[in-house]
Amino acid sequence: MAIAAPPQRTRSSSRVRRNALVGWSFILPNFIGFALLTLIPMCAAFVIAFMKWDSYSPPEWVGFANFARMMRDESFWIALGNTAYYAAGHIPLTILASLGLALLLNRKLRGLGFFRTAMFFPYITSLVAVAVVWNMLFNPTAGPINQFLELIGVADPPGWTTSSAWAMPAVIITSVWRDMGYYMVLYLAGLQAIPQEYYEAAEVDGANAWQRFWNITIPSLRPTTFFVLIMVTIASFKVFDLIVVMTGGGPGRSTLVLSQLIYREGITENRFGYSSAISLVLFVIVLVFTVVQFKLQQRKER
Amino acid sequence: MSTSATTRASSTVPSQAEVAIAEVTDAITPPVLPGAGGKRTRVRRHGPISPLRRVLIYVMLTVLTAIIFVPFFWMVSSSLKQNNEVFSIPVQWIPTEFVWQNYVDIWTRIPMLTYLKNSLFLSVTITILQVLTGSFAAYGFSKMHFKGRDVLFVAYIATIAVPWQAYMIPQYIMMQNAGLVNTHLSIILLQAFGAFGVFLMRQYYLTIPDELSEAARIDGLNEYAIWWRIILPLTKPALASLALLTFVSTWNDYMGPFIYLTSNDLWTVQLGLRSFVGQYDAEYALIMAGSVVSVIPIVLIFLLGQRYFIQGIATSGMKG
Repeated sequence: MAIAAPPQRTRSSSRVRRNALVGWSFILPNFIGFALLTLIPMCAAFVIAFMKWDSYSPPEWVGFANFARMMRDESFWIALGNTAYYAAGHIPLTILASLGLALLLNRKLRGLGFFRTAMFFPYITSLVAVAVVWNMLFNPTAGPINQFLELIGVADPPGWTTSSAWAMPAVIITSVWRDMGYYMVLYLAGLQAIPQEYYEAAEVDGANAWQRFWNITIPSLRPTTFFVLIMVTIASFKVFDLIVVMTGGGPGRSTLVLSQLIYREGITENRFGYSSAISLVLFVIVLVFTVVQFKLQQRKER
Repeated sequence: MSTSATTRASSTVPSQAEVAIAEVTDAITPPVLPGAGGKRTRVRRHGPISPLRRVLIYVMLTVLTAIIFVPFFWMVSSSLKQNNEVFSIPVQWIPTEFVWQNYVDIWTRIPMLTYLKNSLFLSVTITILQVLTGSFAAYGFSKMHFKGRDVLFVAYIATIAVPWQAYMIPQYIMMQNAGLVNTHLSIILLQAFGAFGVFLMRQYYLTIPDELSEAARIDGLNEYAIWWRIILPLTKPALASLALLTFVSTWNDYMGPFIYLTSNDLWTVQLGLRSFVGQYDAEYALIMAGSVVSVIPIVLIFLLGQRYFIQGIATSGMKG
């Protein structure tokens, strides 16, 4: 709202002040909750990470001791590796699957709404149900997936969630199945925002379908892909529910991820300082990825 | 045939944006050359022209959907089987005998009704709070101008990108000190003031022209009245989107209740189901029946409001 050239200075400044008061009053109900439960804990995490604090003794400043301990903690390295493994599978596969579905569904055909709904369906299904069902589908001896693999000639199908080598792929497959519908919607919105005349002009110039896809669709989708990439990356690094319910981090520590380790150290073992230090590392990883993606995006836009 | 007629005919129900694009295109493209054939000149990116491709796409979509739906089919079919029939070789997709008893037993084997009630209570309360405070704050962030507004908004956005795990521990310590661990209030506080709701609503509010609230101001309405009487009614679809997304994510949330709720009588459907699986991991049919029961409310809500889901998600991805 522009304040149109006020004649008196005093009146305008009091108006600005009242405006600010009213503005704040709108934000306040949400902001109180947000500040108490998000902002303050977030800042506190930075401090607690440098403390030794458990339920038996009062907090004590220990500097980088928690981080030094982390370097020696085998579970931390395993969890870090597993989180990276999960992200390396989940991010590209989800993006490819959701883009593929969106391209397939981005046309005007009768009944496409039905297919769109169907493909979005896994995303809204409760996670526990999803994890339990997929666990059964992945059953190594009598599950439908391995029966199908045997049918098509795979002599020795994987043990999936019962084998430490195949548990993570099983989790990744389940998570891609669940998430692709969500990002498909984002891609569909992106595709529908591409001006039609781009394609018409390209067609006039004699570009074939592949060239049109590569030179118009992909560049025009860059902002969407950027957004999707950031969202999927954040979601990948904080994966917890699916793994806890599907494998519980096992077999052994083969699917133990960082957020599960934070939970175990912080809430089960009450080692607040150490678990906050791990959270800080998780936060920095996500931050670095986001910033790098921002920079790459900016460079491409230039 | 005129160009615009072809464009309009290409889609059964053109959205506003499509119509707008079509109008722009009509304005800038030269008239169709006579003899070139009206149909050919309008190349449509939407929809293949040849019937063969159309059939091919339908076949592909049907196969894909079938694959995507295998887990659901397995879930429902297993929930109607005897336990020892669930893992049969070869896979039996249709039960030989429908065991409806599973759906009776699930209510007595675990306190399913309590779980459902808890989930419903939490989801409804959190949804109402999130929608109210979110849209209220969004008005401040989009229609009011004051110092510090944009800095504050950036702080909101930034927290969306921070994984919850990063501040979960301090949050837990605070809740513990306030004596809120193992209460429903902890879950409500945890989820009702999310930044996502503010962000989503602001995106919608930005699409409403400022002239509207300006005019109302000149008519003497104060800001609260503008929000309540003008902006809220205009953004009903956005409210529906946010309400549905919040409801579903609260209903499906596992980690929050998992950390905070330890008493069985406070548990949500997700926790109850998970604990049942842990205790009776060979009761496959009952587990599947419980899963179906836990999913049904969400399916109903989704089918009723799927339009708003899609809109809500698409909007959160808009640049703003």
